[in-house]
Amino acid sequence: MSPFWIDLIIMLIKVIVVMGALLGGVVVMVVVERRGAGFIQGRLGPNRVGPWGWLQPIADGIKLFLKEEFIPAQAYKPLYLAAPAFFMFIAFVTFAVIPFGDKVELFGRTIQLQIADVNIGILYIFAFASLGVYGIVIAGWSSNNKFSLMGGLRSAAQMISYEVALGLSIIGVLMVGQSLRLNDIIGMQTQYWSYLPRWNIFIQPLGFLIFLIAAIAEVNRIPFDLCEAEQELVVGYQVEYGSMKFAMYYLGEYTNLITFSALIVVLFFGGWHIPWIEGLNIHPLLLALLQVVAFVVKVFAFLWFFVWVRWTFPRFRYDQLMRFGWLVLLPLAIFNIFVTGVVMVLIP
Amino acid sequence: MRVVTPKLRLIDRIYIPALIKGLYTTIKHFFMRRFTQEYPEEKRKPFPGYRGLHRLNKDHLGRVKCVACFMCATICPSKCIEIEADEAPWEDREKYPVKFEINTLRCIFCGMCEEACPELSIQLTHIYEMADVTREAFVRRKDDMLGTNEFWVLKEY
Repeated sequence: MSPFWIDLIIMLIKVIVVMGALLGGVVVMVVVERRGAGFIQGRLGPNRVGPWGWLQPIADGIKLFLKEEFIPAQAYKPLYLAAPAFFMFIAFVTFAVIPFGDKVELFGRTIQLQIADVNIGILYIFAFASLGVYGIVIAGWSSNNKFSLMGGLRSAAQMISYEVALGLSIIGVLMVGQSLRLNDIIGMQTQYWSYLPRWNIFIQPLGFLIFLIAAIAEVNRIPFDLCEAEQELVVGYQVEYGSMKFAMYYLGEYTNLITFSALIVVLFFGGWHIPWIEGLNIHPLLLALLQVVAFVVKVFAFLWFFVWVRWTFPRFRYDQLMRFGWLVLLPLAIFNIFVTGVVMVLIP
Repeated sequence: MRVVTPKLRLIDRIYIPALIKGLYTTIKHFFMRRFTQEYPEEKRKPFPGYRGLHRLNKDHLGRVKCVACFMCATICPSKCIEIEADEAPWEDREKYPVKFEINTLRCIFCGMCEEACPELSIQLTHIYEMADVTREAFVRRKDDMLGTNEFWVLKEY
């Protein structure tokens, strides 16, 4: 076989594995979210379907499959049908540039544990993450429902506002890392200051905080779920969606969550890097496997953090949300860039 | 009334300590005791004095205690008790109920029949699982209620 075909097959395998892992992650998240919510509220959560309730997402999936496919009479059908698919597509595509492991030498080939090693990985993620808002706005408009439209509008305003802070908060990381390629950013973080790993969280704590808050806003989760807001807007843009179309939004939302957790890990917590493991002299393949596991563990730690935050804080009011985004996060992000620049000039 | 808003110090206005406090509270609850009772397997224990399904008591000879005085049917606010009296076949009383029906769909479980009863014949038990599938089944007859006798308080949930 020519190298082209081998490369193609390797690529396909990577795509399938990552897609499977993402879907699996969503399934796990559904259980963790619902049972975690139960535990936090002094309940048990769903524990009837399967051991410890692990089959609950499958039961949910079957239920959603069997539901009636309903299209509102006044909806604009082409867009109404396209919106959830678009939303989910964007959510899955965004993950493509996330590196989940180091390079692996297998059968004399170097395999990058990443679907696409784009040299502007971060820009790619931001570009696609902001496309995701179209899925919501189009859904809000095409369902021809007041609540949907309000949800879509709020979502658009919120995404735009928080994207600014989100983008500016990582400028500090990019200034320190001198690269937009996610692998380079992780490579930078594999170094040490004597014993402390040079993770960006220690260099950019303020940037991390802003990024974390803006990321929660970006994936539309409580306390920033203004576009869903059950009490005011029913569920916002999802009002008219049922059966699998609803499931697609559900999937897309959790995939976005996983992507942003992964992004936080890559940018601030050393990605797949395990500190102090270099001295142990482990077989390279085993090391690569351990690093993938480390990456997954770190991502799940952040997923749990998102769940924890969700069941702790109440929702913002709309004006509070806007004021917080523009008058607090944005100046802080700019201040962070300024401080980083000054420090970089003073300490070369 | 004048509402005095407390003056916020800088540490309050930064807001992050408060957020951490909130997160600490929820994670504390995560490890706390769960209050859920898993119902079908784990039965709720009624408090003493709980007013559940009715029963008709028997005396020491196994006869129904009721003397068909209609006190319960008279006081019943939802008029769910239907009694048909007849001459008692026993020496010590004049009447006894041939038919004694309580429509538990009408009953509001107020316990007034129990209070009105001069013979301590009708009483409310702790039985709270009364679901059924037909309307007829909710009309508890004399024999049904005599049958619940054995449950009485002794039925421990």
